[in-house]
Amino acid sequence: MSNAITIRSMSRSFGRSAALDDITLTVPEGSICGLLGRNGAGKTTIMSILAGQDRPSSGTAEVFGERPFENESILSRISFVRDNQKYPDNYRVHHVLRIAPEFAPNWNAQVAAELVDGFRIPLKTPIKKFSRGQLSAIAIVLGLASRAPLTLLDEPYLGLDVTARALFHDMLLRDYTAHPRTVVLSTHLIEESEALFDHVLIIDRGQVRVACASDETADLAFTVSGSVDAVKLVTADRATLLSHTVGPLRSATISGAVDDDLRSLARTHGVTIAPATLQELVAAFGADTPRPELLTKGARA
Amino acid sequence: MFVGEGPIFQQLAAKIADDIVGGTYAEETAVPSATDFAVFHQVNPATASKGVNMLVELGVLYKKRGIGMFVATGARDLLLRQRREEFRAQYMRPLLREASVLDIPASELHSMIDDEEQDLA
Repeated sequence: MSNAITIRSMSRSFGRSAALDDITLTVPEGSICGLLGRNGAGKTTIMSILAGQDRPSSGTAEVFGERPFENESILSRISFVRDNQKYPDNYRVHHVLRIAPEFAPNWNAQVAAELVDGFRIPLKTPIKKFSRGQLSAIAIVLGLASRAPLTLLDEPYLGLDVTARALFHDMLLRDYTAHPRTVVLSTHLIEESEALFDHVLIIDRGQVRVACASDETADLAFTVSGSVDAVKLVTADRATLLSHTVGPLRSATISGAVDDDLRSLARTHGVTIAPATLQELVAAFGADTPRPELLTKGARA
Repeated sequence: MFVGEGPIFQQLAAKIADDIVGGTYAEETAVPSATDFAVFHQVNPATASKGVNMLVELGVLYKKRGIGMFVATGARDLLLRQRREEFRAQYMRPLLREASVLDIPASELHSMIDDEEQDLA
């Protein structure tokens, strides 16, 4: 399978701060890829560059084998709606729906109509008066109805109610199976969206921490929990990503796969081992390196 | 939505297998397509295909070209045999472990099982 996205040694700095620091990654064509990480990790910067709205300071980003910046033929194959997308002051939904096909050659009006209806997007209210959830809804309409070969969805869930989130998943999967494309979706609602992904990227501080197929994430980290002493003993020579202590109990997220040695050690000392969930993995990679005991207590933000 | 143990494709395969054992899908009838499962359970279509293919490899489902996925003859027996093999590890051992933690002697455990059986009958 060829790659929809190929990023090589890409950095992007704003003044002195490095938003992206030498990242290299690929996303295969036809994948639904979760782009995960904390606020400020660099998710939106990556999407902006892929959508040709920004350029790397160094390195390259290619979409379908070409650099997207000022590249009309590639840009017509990309849909990107920023989480803070601005619309002209007097715009209402019908203005957006009328102009959108100009930018999206595969535009499907039926998908758009079904979503506008399902999301209950108000037709007569100017978009500038929309609530956060309504803005997210219109962004999803644009993203899905574009049927763009590369669809970038930046925080599509912000403010969306639970019915709308289910509708989004439903429409995404139905339309994706009928018209396969590559979707990159950034979100903090990991548990709710992880089943959608076949690939996962975890970014932290402008660097790629995890890039793999989603059924491989179970081998990347595990949690060990039990009494403080036992957990410390069992995890002594392992890389602790995140730990959390309450009274006599300790839980630690450890990088790597569980092996037989560890299993028997855990049995001997009465600690529980469980594979880390994707959510725990993202929290762990976003945590600062564990510091002395007192400081790690609050680290599970 | 799947939030339990193990990869989602395994959970989906287990769910379909449960429904075959339970009689939801009779032998030689069609099961929904991987795409239908993906949309219904809101999981990635590749994940759903992987779950369905797992059952194909086991010989539980088979593909009729151009028509869809069907439950194989003997699938229910196959699954029942497999689950009986797992019964000891999945149910007996945890039961005995917990009984030992609670200091329940074997004789009491036996009579508890007899009691429960009578209640069920």
